[in-house]
Amino acid sequence: MHTSTRLALLALLAATAACGAKPQPEQPLPQQLPPTQPAINADSARQAQEAAERQRRTADSLAAAARDSAARANAATANAATAAARAEAERMFADQIHFDYDKFDIRPEDQAILDWKARLLLANSSMTLRISGHADDRGSDEYNLALGNRRAAAAKRYLVNKGVPEGRIVIDSYGEERPLDTAATDAAWARNRRDEFVLTASPATWSLPTP
Amino acid sequence: MRRALSILTLIASLAHWPSGPLAAQDSVPPEAVRVGITYTPGVRPGVVMLPGNGLDSVRAIVARDLDYSDRFEVVPTTPGQAGPRGPRTVNYQLWRSLGADYAVDLIPDPSGIVARVHDLGGATVRQEGRFPLPAPSVPEFRLTVHRISDEIVRWITGQPGSAASRLLTVEGGRILLVDSDGAGRYAVTSAAERALSPAWAPDGKRFAYTLLGEGRGPVMIQDLLTGQRTAAPGASADLNITPTFSPDGSTLVWARSGEDGTDLYAADLARNCCVQRLTVGRYSDNLSPTFAPDGRRLAFVSTRPGLPQVYAMAPDGTGQELLVPFDFGATGPSHAPDWSPDGTNVVFHRELRGVPQLFVYDVAARRVRQLTSAGRNEDPTWAPDGRHIAFVSDRSGRRQIWILDLESGRLRQLLSPGAARLPAWSRRLAP
Repeated sequence: MHTSTRLALLALLAATAACGAKPQPEQPLPQQLPPTQPAINADSARQAQEAAERQRRTADSLAAAARDSAARANAATANAATAAARAEAERMFADQIHFDYDKFDIRPEDQAILDWKARLLLANSSMTLRISGHADDRGSDEYNLALGNRRAAAAKRYLVNKGVPEGRIVIDSYGEERPLDTAATDAAWARNRRDEFVLTASPATWSLPTP
Repeated sequence: MRRALSILTLIASLAHWPSGPLAAQDSVPPEAVRVGITYTPGVRPGVVMLPGNGLDSVRAIVARDLDYSDRFEVVPTTPGQAGPRGPRTVNYQLWRSLGADYAVDLIPDPSGIVARVHDLGGATVRQEGRFPLPAPSVPEFRLTVHRISDEIVRWITGQPGSAASRLLTVEGGRILLVDSDGAGRYAVTSAAERALSPAWAPDGKRFAYTLLGEGRGPVMIQDLLTGQRTAAPGASADLNITPTFSPDGSTLVWARSGEDGTDLYAADLARNCCVQRLTVGRYSDNLSPTFAPDGRRLAFVSTRPGLPQVYAMAPDGTGQELLVPFDFGATGPSHAPDWSPDGTNVVFHRELRGVPQLFVYDVAARRVRQLTSAGRNEDPTWAPDGRHIAFVSDRSGRRQIWILDLESGRLRQLLSPGAARLPAWSRRLAP
């Protein structure tokens, strides 16, 4: 999917999530729970269900039942939208950037990918990440480890220049040891010359930047 | 035309044989020679391995070693060809008529084996020696036989062969140990790990390598016999690559990759301390160090001119300068230098229209000469005799280790079932 298309989709999802996530007093949504608890989504889902059960048991009028039913429908929509937005954000975070042969400059067309990652990182101060540099199998095996390291360092420098504290980013390199495509073609080589991005820590709830 | 010229050059260079020392730089094939074409049978002295009773496996190993030394034409024989003979009677006339100049006799002896070289032209025994020989089941058996071969080469040519040596190479993520004739290969690191860049310690008993973990890893130093290993001092954090030992074994030099790029470091192995940074690249990477045999200079790869080229410096990091000349904007990236055991040459690979080829740089004459042109050829390593080079080539379809004799241009494949890379050739291995 093209970056701009994905950005547009994410904007839509984020907007949907924001509308649907208006606080419902009787049914706290996951976003409102402390972000430090582990397995928070499962817990909050269970709590929400229990709350709904209690409410259903105490409801003794048709009007109350109808109101409750409507509230649950709203909450379900809000949860789905948030999960989709989160999933899309995770996919976008994993978006790789690519390099010219034997080069480690950030390409202009990849800047938007890094800019979005920078905004996400700045919006979520507990996020940390690892950037892994890779090379195609041309050039020397050993030099490619150094080249992969350069490529990871270049992306890190770009993010740091955008304001991300450098202590939150570690870099490493696999050289040509982990190709995505083992064919000896220009297309395969271009695919293999890449940086991969992996979150090493992230909050239970993500604050999504406006794309 | 070029081919004819190169053969003439080769014959001219061989005409002096074997009067002078067999220094590799004397007769490196001239520029743009296609390897494998200049091999000209018949111009080297003939050697025959005399048939005999017993010791067949020893005879076979020695005959192959003499062939692989590329210094002789090995005259083939059939069992019983020379007829019955006494212990000291050799049919000089017969073997001379078959093209042999020397005859090698291997005779069982209570203490092991007697090797004897006959000079057929002079009708005399040129030299003989007595060698202990372990049982064929003992692991050291083959290496012991290879040492006999190297002595026989020395008796005839004045220069020992290099059969009693081994190579470390990488197959998959595993480091393999293999004899110089391709026999006796076994893995020295685990299949569950990813190891790279093996480098021999000068004592031939240990080796260093990169243990690539999750995108980073230490340089490990491992004992070949016991398998015990430790992380090299100063080489456990970040990504540590391309280790090499100083010729006296006291120092390890390697490249460490971090936020500021890749730079060379040295550590004192004797005291297990004292890490010293040798290069400060900032905007360039520095890696793949290799010592001159006198230990006074170090060649390495640096990207300071914009793409990787071969530089040199003193082992303390001073006096950094370009070693191998290149044309800015025209010459391709250069990688993987290895300084020859006699100090006269540095072999490396350089990309030619995007394809890596072997080149050799004559340090005294400051000349670069191309060695290969067929297929991709990379990561060369010198044999202890200073005239053979092992390297990786895909000329057979996949990356395999090949061995090139610089003097004759003869090429052979080191036996290996899988795709292999990053070979490192030991020194001659002492008992």
